[in-house]
Amino acid sequence: MSAPDLECSALVKQFDGVTAVDDVSFTVPRGSFFSILGPSGCGKTTIMRMIAGFLEPTSGDIRIRGGSVIDVPPNKRNVNMVFQHLALFPMMNVADNIGYGLRRKRLPRAEIAHRVDAVLERIGLPGIGPRKVAELSGGQKQRVAIARCMVLEPDVLLLDEPLGALDLKLRERMKIELKALQADFGTTFVYITHDQSEALVMSDRIAVMNAGRFEQLGNARDLYYRPETAFVAGFVGDSNRWRGRVARVSGGIAEMQADDGLTLRAALRGVSAAGDRGEIFVRPELVLPGHGPTDLAGCDNSLSGEVTDILFNGAASRALLRCVETGTVLEMALPQSGRFAGLGRGDRVQVGWAADQAACFPERGTDAGIAGAG
Amino acid sequence: MRAGTRLGFVLLIAPLLLWLVLLIVIPHIDLALLSLRERVGVGEYAVSMANYRTFLDEPLYLWTFLRTAVMAVLATAITLVIGFPVSFYIAKIARGRVQSALFLLCLVPFWVSELVRTFGWMILLRETGLISGLLQWIGVADGPVEMLYNDAAMMVGLVYTSMLFMVVPLVTTLESLDDGIIEAGYDLGGSGPSVLREIIIPHAVPGIVAGSIVVFMLSLGNYLTPTMLGGKDSLWFTELIYSQFIVRFNWELGAAFGFLLLVLSSVIVWAMLRLTGQTLEKTMGSA
Repeated sequence: MSAPDLECSALVKQFDGVTAVDDVSFTVPRGSFFSILGPSGCGKTTIMRMIAGFLEPTSGDIRIRGGSVIDVPPNKRNVNMVFQHLALFPMMNVADNIGYGLRRKRLPRAEIAHRVDAVLERIGLPGIGPRKVAELSGGQKQRVAIARCMVLEPDVLLLDEPLGALDLKLRERMKIELKALQADFGTTFVYITHDQSEALVMSDRIAVMNAGRFEQLGNARDLYYRPETAFVAGFVGDSNRWRGRVARVSGGIAEMQADDGLTLRAALRGVSAAGDRGEIFVRPELVLPGHGPTDLAGCDNSLSGEVTDILFNGAASRALLRCVETGTVLEMALPQSGRFAGLGRGDRVQVGWAADQAACFPERGTDAGIAGAG
Repeated sequence: MRAGTRLGFVLLIAPLLLWLVLLIVIPHIDLALLSLRERVGVGEYAVSMANYRTFLDEPLYLWTFLRTAVMAVLATAITLVIGFPVSFYIAKIARGRVQSALFLLCLVPFWVSELVRTFGWMILLRETGLISGLLQWIGVADGPVEMLYNDAAMMVGLVYTSMLFMVVPLVTTLESLDDGIIEAGYDLGGSGPSVLREIIIPHAVPGIVAGSIVVFMLSLGNYLTPTMLGGKDSLWFTELIYSQFIVRFNWELGAAFGFLLLVLSSVIVWAMLRLTGQTLEKTMGSA
């Protein structure tokens, strides 16, 4: 089997004694879309800059197609980068921007013109070569920035949160377009982002990064449904969360006495034993509503709540419930087509969920980096 | 327009108009009239081009005029060549306090008067000066070395005096260049010289032109530095103007010289703008 396009082993980067990247190893197979997902300041940009060659790792190795690129300057690595603000050259027109790298390779003029036209065709913007960069729309700039790299046929294309500057609607469209472009070119993409939906939608494999380390590496499904750490459970997707003390452990199920007074059961993840502090995460879409206890027969957890608010968002609508006994607020997915579509503020509802659809992790020290509902 | 706003507008524009009319328009009209006057007898004057003819007929005047132009352009070019890396370092490499400190260092010479600054160079460069002494001490030179009163000394003085006016617009334009764009230049296979040629310099053109115009005008109109540091052969056109007005009381010829200098600087600045494809509004807006 041929060597993977990108291989990082035991990568460490320290800045003045602060460890930004701590012993990170991963392999990206040829032609795949790999994302590094993490909160800002987790070290993902540092990894990217080390791969591009702008930073020297403190220790560890980076291999591209099997060959180590440590000590290879950025302009000699067959790796290109789409910058966060795209960094298109404003002093050149679109064709000159795309042709810049080819000119550096001293290709004949006719060959450059031909290749620039070909790549513009491929990104669906034929004939915009003579346009100025400032005249392009956000989505066009995005595609030109990618074309500028792809025309050089890099082994690996790095993308540093390139969708960050776009408005929401365009971002949604560009996600699909980026994935299509990647499939079309067949180039290995390494994408870094703090936006989980970008990573989940586009990637073949995702590494969730926190405080300089990889928390979990897997595909989108794994991360969403089988998080391995409390950080991943909290960072990827929305979750309802309880903290408390584990009262009993049996058959892979933990029973936890939550700090708000509820007794909850959840699948055991990590090394909690009875008496330890734990954290339970439940996805809003796994919380099921019912009219009475009979409706929720299969649920190991149930509570009755009062609807405090409906967050209408089409198919992704949510209801906010306040638990009648404890006053805790929890979030529940509210399909607009089901029996409960007519639920309104002030309504009482019984909700429940199965123990194996919730996860109990050992409690972490801090709250840092938790996104989504708590 | 309501009466109130109109009054406000007039009051706001008045100082500017006064400045323009009193200090620029009136003196220049007077100078123009003066330069077209020929003294035909005691207290008798006639309109003629005689002063301009004198300028063309006298090789020294014409020669000094051209030499001044060439030397001022050369001083501008040297200032640019030295100022560009300095500005790049301040704008893109130095960070935080180092950046402000370096910028301040460019400003410090302007805290003392130009006269004192020029004397500083004289102390360094004269026969009994520091550099001469140092050369003798390390044994490179056998006797005192005179480094003053030649074109090189004058050039040093001109470049030194103008440096700040080149560095300020350059730092401003270079700071506006996103680091990502420079990095992208390297990332896409560019080397140091090609990134400089294709990305950094094209971006800095407005700053380069703005700085060059200011430095060129300052050098062309400089009087003190060429007089003090330049030798007998390094005559500057401003010295001719001075001598016509003050030494020979020939205001008519002095006025003609003054006008020629104005035309010269306008033509060269215009040519510089045309050559770089810039407009005056654009460059002055960036500085």
